[in-house]
Amino acid sequence: MINPALNESTLTLASLAPAITEIALATGICAVLMFDVFAGRTWRYLTHGLTLVVLAICAWLTLSVGAVATRTVLFDGLYVADKLGVFLKLAALMATALCLFYSQHYLDRRRIHGGEYDILAMTALLGISVLISANNLLTVYLGVELLSLSLYALVAFDRDSGIAAEAAIKYFVLGAIASGALLYGMSMLYGLTGTLSLDKLALVSASHGAGFVIAVAFIVVAVAFKFGAVPFHMWVPDVYHGAPSSVALLIATAPKLASFALVMRLLVYGLGADPVLWVQMLTALAVLSLLLGNILAIAQTNIRRMLAYSAIANVGFILLGFVTADTAGYRAALSYTLVYVLTTLGSFGVLLLAARSDGEADELDDFKGLGTRDPLLALLMLGLMLSTAGVPPLVGFWAKLWIIQALLHTHHLGLAILAVLVSVIGAYYYLRVIWYMYFDAGREQTPIPRQAGTRLALGLNTLAVLALGLLPNVLLSLCERLIGAP
Amino acid sequence: MNPQLLLAIPLLPLAAAIIAGLAGKLIGRTGAALITIAGVAAACVLSVQVLWALLHGAPPWNAPVYTWLVSDNVSMQVGFLVDRLTALMMVVVTFVSLCVHVYTMGYMRDDPGYQRFFAYISLFTFSMLMLVMANNFMQLFFGWEAVGVVSYLLIGFWYTRPSAIFANLKAFLVNRVGDFGFLLGIAGVLYYTGSLDYQTAFSWAPGIAARTMTILPGHAWSAMTVICICLFIGAMGKSAQVPLHVWLPDSMEGPTPISALIHAATMVTAGIFMVARMSPLFEYSDTALSFVMVIGATTALFMGFLGIINNDIKRVVAYSTLSQLGYMTVALGVSAYSVAIFHLMTHAFFKALLFLTAGAVIVAMHHEQDMRKMGGLRHRMPLTYWTSVIGALALIGTPFFSGFYSKDALIEAVGESHRYGASYAYFCVVAGVFVTAFYTFRMIFMTFHGEERLDHHAKEHFHDVGWDMKGPLVALAIPSLLIGFFTIEPVLFNGYFGSAIRVLERNDVVAEIGREFHGAANFALHSVLSLPLYLAIAGVVSAWYLVLKRPALATSIQQRFSWLYRLLDNKYYFDWFNENVLARSSRALGYGLWRGGDQAIIDGVLVNGSAGAVGWFAGVARALQSGFLYSYAFWMIVGLVMLLGWFLVRL
Amino acid sequence: MITLGHMLTLSAVLFALSVAGIFINRRNVLLLLMCIELMLLAANYNFIAFSRYLGNIDGQIFVFFILTVAAAESAIGLAILVVLFRERRSINVEDLNTLRG
Repeated sequence: MINPALNESTLTLASLAPAITEIALATGICAVLMFDVFAGRTWRYLTHGLTLVVLAICAWLTLSVGAVATRTVLFDGLYVADKLGVFLKLAALMATALCLFYSQHYLDRRRIHGGEYDILAMTALLGISVLISANNLLTVYLGVELLSLSLYALVAFDRDSGIAAEAAIKYFVLGAIASGALLYGMSMLYGLTGTLSLDKLALVSASHGAGFVIAVAFIVVAVAFKFGAVPFHMWVPDVYHGAPSSVALLIATAPKLASFALVMRLLVYGLGADPVLWVQMLTALAVLSLLLGNILAIAQTNIRRMLAYSAIANVGFILLGFVTADTAGYRAALSYTLVYVLTTLGSFGVLLLAARSDGEADELDDFKGLGTRDPLLALLMLGLMLSTAGVPPLVGFWAKLWIIQALLHTHHLGLAILAVLVSVIGAYYYLRVIWYMYFDAGREQTPIPRQAGTRLALGLNTLAVLALGLLPNVLLSLCERLIGAP
Repeated sequence: MNPQLLLAIPLLPLAAAIIAGLAGKLIGRTGAALITIAGVAAACVLSVQVLWALLHGAPPWNAPVYTWLVSDNVSMQVGFLVDRLTALMMVVVTFVSLCVHVYTMGYMRDDPGYQRFFAYISLFTFSMLMLVMANNFMQLFFGWEAVGVVSYLLIGFWYTRPSAIFANLKAFLVNRVGDFGFLLGIAGVLYYTGSLDYQTAFSWAPGIAARTMTILPGHAWSAMTVICICLFIGAMGKSAQVPLHVWLPDSMEGPTPISALIHAATMVTAGIFMVARMSPLFEYSDTALSFVMVIGATTALFMGFLGIINNDIKRVVAYSTLSQLGYMTVALGVSAYSVAIFHLMTHAFFKALLFLTAGAVIVAMHHEQDMRKMGGLRHRMPLTYWTSVIGALALIGTPFFSGFYSKDALIEAVGESHRYGASYAYFCVVAGVFVTAFYTFRMIFMTFHGEERLDHHAKEHFHDVGWDMKGPLVALAIPSLLIGFFTIEPVLFNGYFGSAIRVLERNDVVAEIGREFHGAANFALHSVLSLPLYLAIAGVVSAWYLVLKRPALATSIQQRFSWLYRLLDNKYYFDWFNENVLARSSRALGYGLWRGGDQAIIDGVLVNGSAGAVGWFAGVARALQSGFLYSYAFWMIVGLVMLLGWFLVRL
Repeated sequence: MITLGHMLTLSAVLFALSVAGIFINRRNVLLLLMCIELMLLAANYNFIAFSRYLGNIDGQIFVFFILTVAAAESAIGLAILVVLFRERRSINVEDLNTLRG
């Protein structure tokens, strides 16, 4: 990668176009930061709106300038732009924007809204983008770190919350261990192959020595940690529980896209010459996540912890898509990730809006009687929970079905049966939420704030879950275009 | 037949349901009732027209209407297969539904959830029509789940009652077990045939029958047996066969019209219909059919016993439904699919009638369901009395009544069968005749005969029901009385079902009976020479003796055989087993994994064990809590070491 | 003579030490931050050893990035630690168990 003869003449402004997302985002971050510093008290409330504008501009630039027709490699091989990358970035931009939009009211009510919040969210997004476009171990590392460091800070954002600080320190320490493992694995890989470039790694026919096993195992540990797969999941419930709900929303959504990209770039592409090893490791992690996530979710009384264990179980499903090691499986994993992000955005959005008068709604009991307290929100939550439980015709059903189909096609009959079985177990705790909403009388009687804009967005979000369920071909053909035949 | 017409049949009730559900406040109570009744009535008329056309030589319709998704050459679509089997079901469903709609106007008059209720039952009609009209497994499953969902909603209709909520959850959970089997069965069909379409799947049947699959190493199973048993497990959930029957009696928590429509006449028979529809598959597995037969026979007899001791008028009818569903299942098990469908049809009419008369009594008694507080009502509500006697006579199989033809044909078919377990099934269905007659007439005598045992409140507020409720009773009493006589010959013996039901020649017990069949009247007269008629008479007489003549004897029998009474009173301890063993152990598993796995073993043994024996005792004490950073880190390291160890060892 | 094997062993030992430090240490969160530093150094050492062995400069450049990121990481870690101390008046690892289950 470090080519001393870095030819300056090839680096024109036009050749940077595929990296426009990161360039625009970095510029935007600086601009918002400066605005927030110099705006003063009177104008500071505009920071939030400005952030959303910046995100919109980034999305527009990505579509108009950054869209590439074919795989394009930049910066001497450090950076890659392709259709999958462009789409994932757009999805991440959209998810982050929705997160910020949903969180606005919540943050105001808890009086923790500051410009830093929006900026940290944007730096996390920048990390996600870098990760999505990584084509070198170094870029992978930088993306992972930029994302993680922003998230650590966000978790501890509420300076007056003891549990937030506790969650942050746990997340930080465990995340650092994962980073250490990632680096150690990368160093082993570098030592074995002599290169950091994923392009070159992909060509190296992998050896089966002990060194290679160590390298892959360490990297898989880091990947599993970012995803939150068992047994590297311990941070997930504590962070979802301890962090402010809006941060939990952010962590639950856009970074999942990054984790998906991480697996695609690092394992599927970089170590694609010999998938057997990491496929077997991911199989074990997927099985454990499915079982433990679903079973522990049942025992929860805190809805955020429940959603955390549900996230772990869903990650198990995503990993099952990779287990097949073929395009159909990767497509299924992509659609599952997208569907999961879309649904989670909605359900956390409802959670944020339905917060108690003291600012949080995290006990399952808080949802009792929501059906009479706020029929619209209850209806949205009903749709979202049914989708997550995998009830047709909502899109969650298709996502699960495609994973199971991909497994059956590659003769993973046992895994397919396990997937069906845990979905049945999983249905129980999603339905319990519906149960509480409609069949139990609630204590909390305070009306839920109107927030017409947020409600409209939540409604559209849920409608998308339904519409994609009715027209699954849209999602299917999209995934087929993004992940082509090998 | 054209597709527009066929589409209109399910879509009219759906449209009515949407209007009544969403714009309920706008169109008012009467508006909601009228619009849903109009929707179902139109569907009923169109269904009759379809049946008429098929009877007069129109070919069956089988085509997709809307293709949803094609993935991996598996196409998921909405499509209709309308042959005579489907058309018969459509007429039964829409006719009973229409009666129930009209009846509901009176029954729910004072309920605040009036419009919601109409929306639900119309939605149910739509889902049930989609289920029976499906031409592929995907749509079948959709209808299957949709009727289930509406059923849960309706069981919990009075959601302020804790018992209704409990019953609702129970129905849901039990049906999940069945659905799991059903899904596995569909997956099996897809796996072996690569198609979800009925016709394609059926054409592969002989091929699948030859294949085996290995589930446990060393045991090869016939693939067809596994698929059929899985599908039948779905039917066991929906059609409430032992041991998945526990939800049906509790579902009586819902309003009575629902019990009549969903939990007696239509939804619970979906499992029967499904097996009949799948006859081209089931025919190739004698093992699966034997399984079906034994389960059905057990349900038929042992659920009947439970009806004997119950004092809740609706629950007696509910146990009778369970028992009759068992009869139908037995018929399926001996390959007499047409007899099962025939019994399904007659049963739909007379059981709906019995439920609606029970509902009329309940309304008249101001929502009192305990038969010990009734008695002598025949003078107060004569029309209800006579219609329920017609229903009861049909149920116990009195010659010339509709139930007689289906039940006697069924018993004869079982008698002709030589399948493994057929003699057990024959014993059960014959003994069941006595039991049925006994509990049915015990109910009639307790409710309508003898002295009045009404309490003061009921006496004061007693009022006979209006014609909006009596009308449906009469409308249902007529087919309960007549339909068997006129339809047995064409439906059973004249090849009515054609290719809709496939029976291999060696299994064809219906043809055996057909050889000795010489007209409906003759069939009835012939029964004088057979055992079931005398068993039924004996049942009625003993009910009369024990309820009206010597009530004291019943009490002393109950005391003498108190262990038997306790066994029946606790419904063979099925509920006890489910609640105390199954539910508790799965909860304990979740708790144990968290407590034992995470807290005790990892923290208590591994972490502190490695940190040295000195801190071990302190460690166990501390281990009762978790949330510690180091135990989290330890988990990660364990994971890493496992990954490393596993793969390094295998190098 | 010191071979590549020796260097890799040293880095493995460093890595193992840091891991052991993280889960055996029950007292101070600060010690955890030090262990994390140590872990990153183990990886750095690996990179440098390989870079020298392979005669390829890429690994050493990677190390610069790691050092920079590690500095940022420490800054954030310490900041979180300050917040934690302000709220709990303790940075004892054993007091961090409000979130559990």
